[in-house]
Order: sequence, then C-alpha cells, then structure tokens
Amino acid sequence: MTISIHDVQHIATLARLGLTDDRARALVVELNGILVHMDALSQVNTEGVQEAIGVGARGLPTRGDHGPPIPLERGMDAFAPSIRDGFFLVPRLATHESSPSQ
Amino acid sequence: MSAPCSSAAVIRDDTMSARCSATDTLTAAIARTSAVGAGRDKLNIFLWTDAEHAREQATASMEQLNDTTPGLLVGVPVAIKDNIATTHLPTTCGSRILEGYVSPYEATVVRKLREAGGVIVGKTNMDEFAMGSSTENSAYGPTRNPLAHDRVPGGSSGGSAAAVAAGIVPIALGSDTGGSVRQPASFCGVVGVKPTYGLVSRFGLVAFASSLDQIGVIGATVDDAARGLRVVAGHDKRDSTSADRPVPEYHEAGTSPVKGMVIGRPKEYFPESLDPLIRARCDDAFARLKSLGAVVRDVSLPHTALAVPAYYIVAPAEASANLARFDGVRYGMRMDGDGLRGMYEATRSSGFGAEVTRRILLGTYVLSAGYYDAYYRKAQQVRTLIAADFSKVFASGVDVLFTPTAPTTAFPIGAISDPYEMYMSDIFTVTANLAGLPAMSQPIGRVDGMPVGGQFLAAHFDEMKMFTAAYALERALGAEARA
Repeated sequence: MTISIHDVQHIATLARLGLTDDRARALVVELNGILVHMDALSQVNTEGVQEAIGVGARGLPTRGDHGPPIPLERGMDAFAPSIRDGFFLVPRLATHESSPSQ
Repeated sequence: MSAPCSSAAVIRDDTMSARCSATDTLTAAIARTSAVGAGRDKLNIFLWTDAEHAREQATASMEQLNDTTPGLLVGVPVAIKDNIATTHLPTTCGSRILEGYVSPYEATVVRKLREAGGVIVGKTNMDEFAMGSSTENSAYGPTRNPLAHDRVPGGSSGGSAAAVAAGIVPIALGSDTGGSVRQPASFCGVVGVKPTYGLVSRFGLVAFASSLDQIGVIGATVDDAARGLRVVAGHDKRDSTSADRPVPEYHEAGTSPVKGMVIGRPKEYFPESLDPLIRARCDDAFARLKSLGAVVRDVSLPHTALAVPAYYIVAPAEASANLARFDGVRYGMRMDGDGLRGMYEATRSSGFGAEVTRRILLGTYVLSAGYYDAYYRKAQQVRTLIAADFSKVFASGVDVLFTPTAPTTAFPIGAISDPYEMYMSDIFTVTANLAGLPAMSQPIGRVDGMPVGGQFLAAHFDEMKMFTAAYALERALGAEARA
C-alpha cells in the first residue's frame, strides 16, 4: 500500500496537525519509505493468532474509576491563570474575543 | 579536572561512615559537570538543574545517617530523564510544546529515589518524547557522546547515559520503549537495564507508547544499576500495570554462581550482516561465560525480523493517542490560530519536531479506517508470535539469552538522515519491549575505540538470573570490558 498526498492531508486533519504543502509532499515520501518495510508483515500467516493485549501473563489490567488522590505539590489554583467556583479559567481564544464572557 | 564519581555503594559507605558528606559528594558532581562541559554549549547532557534545591536534598539525605534502616542510596547523586515528572525542575520531554512546564506532582520513581537518600542533580536531555535513537531529536539540541564528542550518545535516554559515562553520577533514570535505555548505554560504555513490564511504576512518566514504556536504570557498573533498580522497583497503586510482588535484592545477585546456567544464543541476532568486530566481542563474552561453567546453547527466535516493522506500527499508534493531549489548552505553549481547530493545529505543528510529527501521522494512519486490519491488527498478531518465540525458548530450559545490544557502535552526529535506517538501530532491542521481558546492556569491549554493548534477556520477572549472569560477565571481563 502506498500513501498519497490526500492521505497525508486527511490524517493530518485527524491528528490536528497543520502542514504546509511542501511539508505534506515531503511526508508522502518519508511515510512511504517507512511503510514499504511494514509490508513484510502482510507475508506472515496470522490466521487464528490472537492479537496481543498487554504484555506478560497478566493481560491488560484495568482499575476502577477511582483511586488514591494524587499528592499535588501546589494547590489547584496554581494550575490556571485564575479559578472560579472550582473551575479553571483559561485564556480566551483570539477568535472568541467578541463573544459574551459568560 | 575533578575525578569521576565513585560507585553508588562506595558513596553510600563513605557517607554513612562520615568519610564524606552528601553535600561534598554533590559539590564534586557539580564540579565534574563543569569540568566535562556537560552544559548546553558543549556536551548538552543536562536540560535543567537547580543546585540550590539539590543541596537541600543532600542535607535531607544526611538525616538518614541515624536511621535504623537508612536508604540504599544515601548521598548518591542521580540524574533523571526529562520525561519523568519532578516538582522542582521542568519536565519538557525535550520538546518545545512543553517548554516551561513544571509538573504539580512527582513520579513514584523520583519519590523512591529521594526516600532512599538519592540526590537529584538534574534532568537530562533526550529525543523529543523519547522518539529517537540518537538524542538528535531534542528541541534543545543534540547531546554529544562523552567518549567521542563528534558522535551521538544513542537515544532516546542519551543525556542520562552520557551523565553516567562522563562520571557525573553513578546512576541515572531513563525510559525504554524500544531500547532507549539499553542502546545509549551500549553507545556510552555503561550499563542499562530495562525491567520487566510492570516491575517499575510508570506513574509520572510522560506516556509515549503505554504498552511498551518502562522506566529503566542506567549505571556505571552492574552493581550501580542493580542498586538503582532495587530502589525504584515495586508495586504502586497509582499505576494499574504495576505488578504486586516482592522485589528481590538485585545487588546480591552477584553472589549466585553462573555455573550450570543455560545461556541461549539466538541465531537471528547474529546474522551474516552483523559487523564481524561486534560479533567477535560477543563470541568472547560467550567464551568467558563458558569458562565459568555456563552452558551456551544455540536457539532460534524465528519472528525476530518482523519486530521492527511491528514495533513501528504499535508504538506510533499508541503515541498518536497519547500525544493528543498536547493541544495548547492543557499544557505548555499555545499558538494563535483561526478558531479552536486552528489553534490546535498551529500549536501542535509549531510545538512538535519532525520525528514526533512523522510518528503521530504514521500512528494515525495505521489506526484509521481501511488500514487498521492491515497494519495495526496484523502488528499485534505478530507481537503475539514474537512473545511466543521467547516463551518457548525459556520453557525449554534456557535461563537467559545473550545478544549484541545494537548492530553498530555510536555513529557520528548527523550521519543517519533516513528515518527507517535510524529505526534499525533498535533491531535487537525492540523485541524485549514487544514481549514485556527484562533486558540489560553492559559493556563487553570496544571497536575502533567505541564501546560495544552485550545484551542479556530473561523471562518475565527473572531479573535476578539476568543480574547473576551480568555480574559474572563483568567480573570475567574486568578492565577489558571498557578497553
């Protein structure tokens, strides 16, 4: 399989990466240069082979949606320019400057 | 020039017997840092240091002198890779996108080092987000190999390996996702240990590829690495992948005999194309182990050639998800753009370097509709086959495997520009990560003046056997290991 400039632009959108046209063209060459080596995998018979899920005998451990509190070095109010009612207030996007503040 | 630091065991003994204070040892480490040119303008080993805070740690370390059970690293200076969270120094992962970021919590391994009496000298340079094999991919410039300044130190934990090789610290922490502790240890002539997946807590390690990442230890000697691992290993309820099992005294493994131990020689790690001088160093290591009574057995790991293609699908796939969080909202830098999406794209494009961008795109591609089965699912199936190869060999009575760590010695800075050629640096190391096995590199001699690393691999949680073999080989080689 080979990757096209359309593919590169599509996955860049999915990955939220902005690319110039020159960089996108260069990436077509770079990614195809890598993917050609991945084709070796297609020659392997993997019929009936389970996909790896985690490593080792323990499989993929999960935990409940809770846990011990993380010991923070600084208080919550140190994480953002300001905090209000327990919520972080972060800088507004330039394009949203004219919208209401609430 | 100030002398290289002593071993961790000697520093601890000197500190405990009041022959030397932790502050004196730290002062010597800082003097050594200056003497070897570890700063940005020369070797570029450390990205962030704070001498004042380090002195406070040294003072705190001395408080353990009267403890009934003082820590294993009292007074020992240590260095930390820049992708492991610290609260008094930045954690940037060698990336522009995290420039200035200081974590609000510290990694479990950092806490354990401090509690054992270790003194953190600084944060070391690395390939951006641990993606690289040469430390050339750092946003803060490449680290230079202390043994030959025109050569790379390996990567991605190149700064940590260089800090140990330069004699600044006897122990440094790195992370190993595909060989990032072992390959730089090989290139710098020091010891690098990648533990079994789950042995060391990853809480506070900035995630690259979560099913492959492990924090590892780089030491000047096998004993330094064993002591470092003894301190950082163990269960952590903050890491769900952390194993709940007792931690052996790795630094006592050297008292066990290597006689009768079965050491596997996997033929796929000794292809005809292998540099004959590296092969000769490995053959010599096998001969030394045989002379000690070990049994060397030829074995086969038939899916080895598929490891690099499988790894470079699985790792970028996981990275593309893990690095989605760096978007200009939650961490570090932000660039203005057209709307929210424009801001994301401007921030990420400006903040990530070329290799990280390449891997995010590769990972996104192999996970996207139409390609998932052909690439990602296939790679995960091949990963199963690779792990099964190892299981079969260890079940047949092989105690440890021995291989070269890397196909080359340290190469000149700028010598490799093709991404896949760089990926092939990891050809002998990625298998341990794919299978979750412990592995370690140690110096076994030199070729054209540059160190060669030999790699031991063992079954899951069989680090004691691995260290027993490593201590024996280190003793057998003596000064020849570094000559």
